[in-house]
Amino acid sequence: MNKNTSANKSKGNLGSFLRRSSVPIMFIIICAFCIPLSGLSPSYLVNEIVTRMGRNAFLILSLLIPIMAGMGLNFGMTLGAMAGQIGLILASDWQIVGIPGMVLAAIISVPISILLGLFCGKILNMAKGREMITSYIMSFFINGVYQLVVLYLMGSVIPIAHSTIKLPRGYGIRNTVSLLAMRQHLDNLIPLTIKGVKIPVATFLVIALLCVFIIWFRRTKLGQDMRAVGQDMEVARDAGIKVERTRIIAIVISTILAGIGMIIYLQNMGNIATYSSHSQIGMFCIAALLVGGASVDKASIGNVFLGVILFHLMFIVAPRAGAAITGDSMIGEYFRVFVSYAVITIALIMYETNKRREKSRNSEQLQQAQQEEENR
Amino acid sequence: MNTDKKEKGRIGQFIESFGLPRLIITAFLLLLLILAPFVGADLPTQITNIIARFSWNGILVLAMVPMVHSGCGLNFGLPLGIISGLLGATLSIEFGFTGGLSFVMAILIATPFALVLGSGYGWLLNKIKGGEMMIATYVGFSSVSFMCMMWLVLPYKSPNMVWGLSGKGLRTTISLEGYYIDTLARFLRIRIGNLEIPTGTILFFALLAFLMWAFLHTKTGTAMTAVGSNPTFAKAAGINVDKIRLLSVVMSTWLAAVGILVYEQGFGFVQLYMAPFYMALPAVSAILIGGATVNKATIMNVIIGTILYQGIVTMTPTVMNNMVHMDMSEVIRIIASQGMILYALTRKTEGAK
Repeated sequence: MNKNTSANKSKGNLGSFLRRSSVPIMFIIICAFCIPLSGLSPSYLVNEIVTRMGRNAFLILSLLIPIMAGMGLNFGMTLGAMAGQIGLILASDWQIVGIPGMVLAAIISVPISILLGLFCGKILNMAKGREMITSYIMSFFINGVYQLVVLYLMGSVIPIAHSTIKLPRGYGIRNTVSLLAMRQHLDNLIPLTIKGVKIPVATFLVIALLCVFIIWFRRTKLGQDMRAVGQDMEVARDAGIKVERTRIIAIVISTILAGIGMIIYLQNMGNIATYSSHSQIGMFCIAALLVGGASVDKASIGNVFLGVILFHLMFIVAPRAGAAITGDSMIGEYFRVFVSYAVITIALIMYETNKRREKSRNSEQLQQAQQEEENR
Repeated sequence: MNTDKKEKGRIGQFIESFGLPRLIITAFLLLLLILAPFVGADLPTQITNIIARFSWNGILVLAMVPMVHSGCGLNFGLPLGIISGLLGATLSIEFGFTGGLSFVMAILIATPFALVLGSGYGWLLNKIKGGEMMIATYVGFSSVSFMCMMWLVLPYKSPNMVWGLSGKGLRTTISLEGYYIDTLARFLRIRIGNLEIPTGTILFFALLAFLMWAFLHTKTGTAMTAVGSNPTFAKAAGINVDKIRLLSVVMSTWLAAVGILVYEQGFGFVQLYMAPFYMALPAVSAILIGGATVNKATIMNVIIGTILYQGIVTMTPTVMNNMVHMDMSEVIRIIASQGMILYALTRKTEGAK
C-alpha cells in the first residue's frame, strides 16, 4: 500500500512537472521557430533582452508576494504603476533631475501606493474567492480616479508650474510627459559594455537587492504567515494569524513595489504616456511571469527571469517573423497580443482544473480511508 | 422610541434591498434630467438619444441573464458572442445581400457560429466551475485578438469592406449604408417634434425579452434557476447540471451575437478588430445598475439598468459641458460603472459555490 502511493506520487510529480512547464516549453519552440525567420542578429537580440530585463524585472517581481499569500495574480499592480507615474509627473514638474528626481518620485509614490494598496486589500477581503476578477475591475476603477486627478485636478488644484507638461487649456497633463532629464540615468550610472552589449549594472543591482529582500521576507514571521494564509485561510485563522491583516499587507507591499518598478520602467523608456503607460503594464507583466512557468498559486524568482527572456524574445521576434511569413507586419503585431492573452487564459484554466482535480482526489482518499476503516 | 427604531429599520431595509449605489445613480440621473432644460439642452432630443441608445444596447444586456441564472456569474466573455455576430454581419455583406434581407441573413449566418463557439465556451466553463468570471474575461480577450489576425487573413473580397489600396484585409469600420442601417428603427418610427422613437428596435427587444421571460418559466427555465441557486440540490433532483449550464452559455452567446447586430443597425457601422474588446463591461455594469447581483437577474433589471446606464452616458456630456465647460463625462462614466461592478463583486452571494 505504502509502495503504491509512493509510485503514484513520483508519477504525479513527473506529470505535474510537464504540466507546469508546458508553457515555457511551448515558448521555447515558438522562439526557436521565429528567430531564424526574423533575420535579427544574435547581438541585437541579446542587447534587447538585457535592456528589457532591466526595464521589466522589478515590476514583475512585485507580483510574487500576493501569489505567496494565495491571492492569485495581482491585476491591481496597475494601482502602483499609477502612483509611480504621479510621482514622476510631480518630480519632473519640480525639475529635480537624474537620480535624485527618481528617488523623489519614489518617495512621493510610496504613500499613494500605501493608500491605494490599503483600499484594494480591504475590497479584496470582501471578495474572497474571486480576488482576481475583483482586482482586475479595481484597476479600471482606479484608472477612472487617476484620470480625474491627472486630467482635471492637476494644474487646477494641484499646482503644476511648467507649461511644457500642462495641456494648453491650463489644467490637466499632456498625453506624453518627457523624462529627458532622467532618461536612463539609473541604467547608465555604472557604465559597462561587454562585447557590444550594454549592461545597466545599477538597475540590475537594484533588482538583485529586491530579490534578496523577497528571499529574506519569505523567512520572516510575516512571510511564513502569508504562506500559511495562502495554503488554507481557515487553518491559518485557527492558528492565530490575523488573516485579513496579512492579506492587506501583501497587497500593500505589492503595490509599493509596483510603483517603484514603474519608475524604473519609465526612466528606461524616457517618457510617460500619461493615459496609457499603466493600462497595459499589468497584462504584460502577468503574461511574462506565467510564460516563465509560474502558476496562479506558485511563482519563484526564477520564473520571473526566465519569463522576461522568453516573453520578450517572442515580443521582439514575432512582428518580423510574421512579416516574413505573410508579408504583413500587422499580423505579427496581433499575434503577440494574442499570445499574451492566450498564455494567461491557459494558465488560469490549468489552475482551476488542477484545483478541481485535487479536490476530487482528496475526497476519493477520504472515501478510501473510510472504506478501509469499515473493512477493519 | 420603538416605532422610531422600526421606521429606521424600514428605511435601512429599503436601502439594503435597493442598494445604495443604485440609489445614488438614480438620483444623479434625475438631477441631470431636471438640470438639462436650465443649462440649455433640448430635453426631447436628450430623451430621444436615451431611447435610441437603450434600443441599441438592450439585447447585449439581456444576454447576461441566462448565465447569471444558471450560476455561471456575469458573462465577461461577451466578446465571443459579439464575434459570432460580426462574422454573420461581414459574411452577409460578402455574399451580396442588401437592405433588410442582409440583417436577416446576418442573424442566420451568425447563429451556427454562436452555437459552435458557445458550446465550446460552455464546455470550458463546466470544467472550471468556481472560476468562471476571470476565465470568461480572458476567453473574450483571446478570441478578440485571435480574430484581429483573422480579419486580415480571411479571403474577404467585397470592395465595400476591404482596404481600398491593397484589396485585402477588412477595414476597421465598415459603413452599413445600403445594408441594414436602421432596418429595425425605421419600422413604425414615431416622430413628435424633436422626439423620435425607434419602435421597431424596441419591439424586437421586447420580443426577445418576452421569449426569455417565457423560457425562464418553462420546465427547463426553472431547472436553470435551480442550478444557479443550489447546484447540489438540483443534482439531487435529477437535473443534468452541466447540460443546463451549457445551454445557458449557448443562449447568452447567441443573444450577444444578435445584440451586436441590433447595435450595428442603430449605430450604422460594423466595428472590427479591437472594438469588441471592452464591450462586455458596459453590459455588465448596466445589468448590475439595474439591480441584478452576481447570481440573480430579472428582465426588469435589464430594462431599468440599460435605461439608467445609457441615460448617464448620454446626459452627462451635454449637461456637464453646458454647465462647467469641462467634459468630465468619460471619467464619471468609468468611475460609476466600474464602481458598480466592484460593489456587486464584494456582495456576499448566498447559495452559490
